[in-house]
Amino acid sequence: MNKAGERLFNGLIKENPTFVLMLGMCPTLAVTTSAINGCGMGLTTTAVLVMSNMIIALLRNIIPDKVRIPAFIVIIASFVTVLELLLEGFLPSLYDALGLYIPLIVVNCIILGRAEAYASKNPVIPSLFDGLGMGLGFTLGLTCIGMVREFIGAGQIFGFQILPLADAAKGVTGYTPVSIFVLAPGAFFVLACLTALQNKVRIKAAAKGNVESAKKLSCGTDCATCGNTGCGGKFYDTSINDDKKKEE
Amino acid sequence: MKELLIIAIGSALVNNVVLSQFLGLCPFLGVSKKVDTAAGMGTAVIFVITLASAVTGAIYQFILTPLNITYLQTIVFILVIAALVQFVEMFLKKFMQPLYQALGVYLPLITTNCAVLGVALTNVQKSYGILTGVVNGFATAAGFTISIIILAGLREKMEYNDVPKAFQGMPIVLVTAGLMAIAFCGFSGLL
Repeated sequence: MNKAGERLFNGLIKENPTFVLMLGMCPTLAVTTSAINGCGMGLTTTAVLVMSNMIIALLRNIIPDKVRIPAFIVIIASFVTVLELLLEGFLPSLYDALGLYIPLIVVNCIILGRAEAYASKNPVIPSLFDGLGMGLGFTLGLTCIGMVREFIGAGQIFGFQILPLADAAKGVTGYTPVSIFVLAPGAFFVLACLTALQNKVRIKAAAKGNVESAKKLSCGTDCATCGNTGCGGKFYDTSINDDKKKEE
Repeated sequence: MKELLIIAIGSALVNNVVLSQFLGLCPFLGVSKKVDTAAGMGTAVIFVITLASAVTGAIYQFILTPLNITYLQTIVFILVIAALVQFVEMFLKKFMQPLYQALGVYLPLITTNCAVLGVALTNVQKSYGILTGVVNGFATAAGFTISIIILAGLREKMEYNDVPKAFQGMPIVLVTAGLMAIAFCGFSGLL
């Protein structure tokens, strides 16, 4: 049980996919126009992540090493299809809001990253909790970004009006929403501030002599598809090494 | 013809794949340090997306629809795209050395590019035919190329700027991308 708690903590805080690893940036930017959309996307991804991690951990000794990536992709894509059909049937409003980004969960690097880095090497129960932790961490990140964008862009949080809006016609003074924040450019600005904040923390850590943090400095993309090979802080490699270190 | 042109302009500029739909962000941010690598990546993306839209469109129309298994589209498309990229890489290596030299390094990076799957799924969602799908795919990829080259040009100039320490590297690139997205919002009056 201790191990399960540790995996949950790891996903939620220590290796939070949005704030620390900066993985899965496409859905992070695209669906966080409101807190509820971000939350829905996060929970959908969590469901896929938990199921795929579980199945991959179950099959980890059966899948041959050479074809493991295609096998993982088929497993992930199957669960995404299941989820897509379920959402279409039971939560049509969320289905419409997320649209194209539901099938695109397949190419979300968090899921394949966890399958490769954790589930393919560990037993079922820890893998399940690893998926749950990572998924909830992702949900947390998306919901937070969604809340910031919705608050600045519309004065609302989860659809509730927090700041009373100004109405020039009636002469009511109040908040004038910065609508650019719910549009595409706002997503880039929010993420830019987030990465800058993260850099700030890492610069401090680097000044204290933490080399690992300094290495990861100012990389906002996910390493799986990043063309910049000079970074040396490959997500796959580091998390595998971390796990090895823990075992030692 | 007019319809195709409208779709092309719409996907290339108005609904730019990176700046308004956030697909293919990873290569957009990762491979935009220099203009010539950005151009190489852009060409490779145009090549793969155009080919992938043709192949997925044909598979959807001639295999999935007659067999009534269109709900399997996500699984089928992702596998077809992954196989296609591998195949293209092998084909170019064997028969078109110069092209392989130019695009080879970028091809493996494209497999996981969500723009490829995104275009294939958009084509199906909007029930485009094969020809319209190919045009849409080409235009989308052209839009990607335009924006990645612009960003690379800006980043080359930014090397000489005095950026606040915390904003150095990725954050300032994201701010730039945000400003580009505002500029691209201006295209929405085009159609």
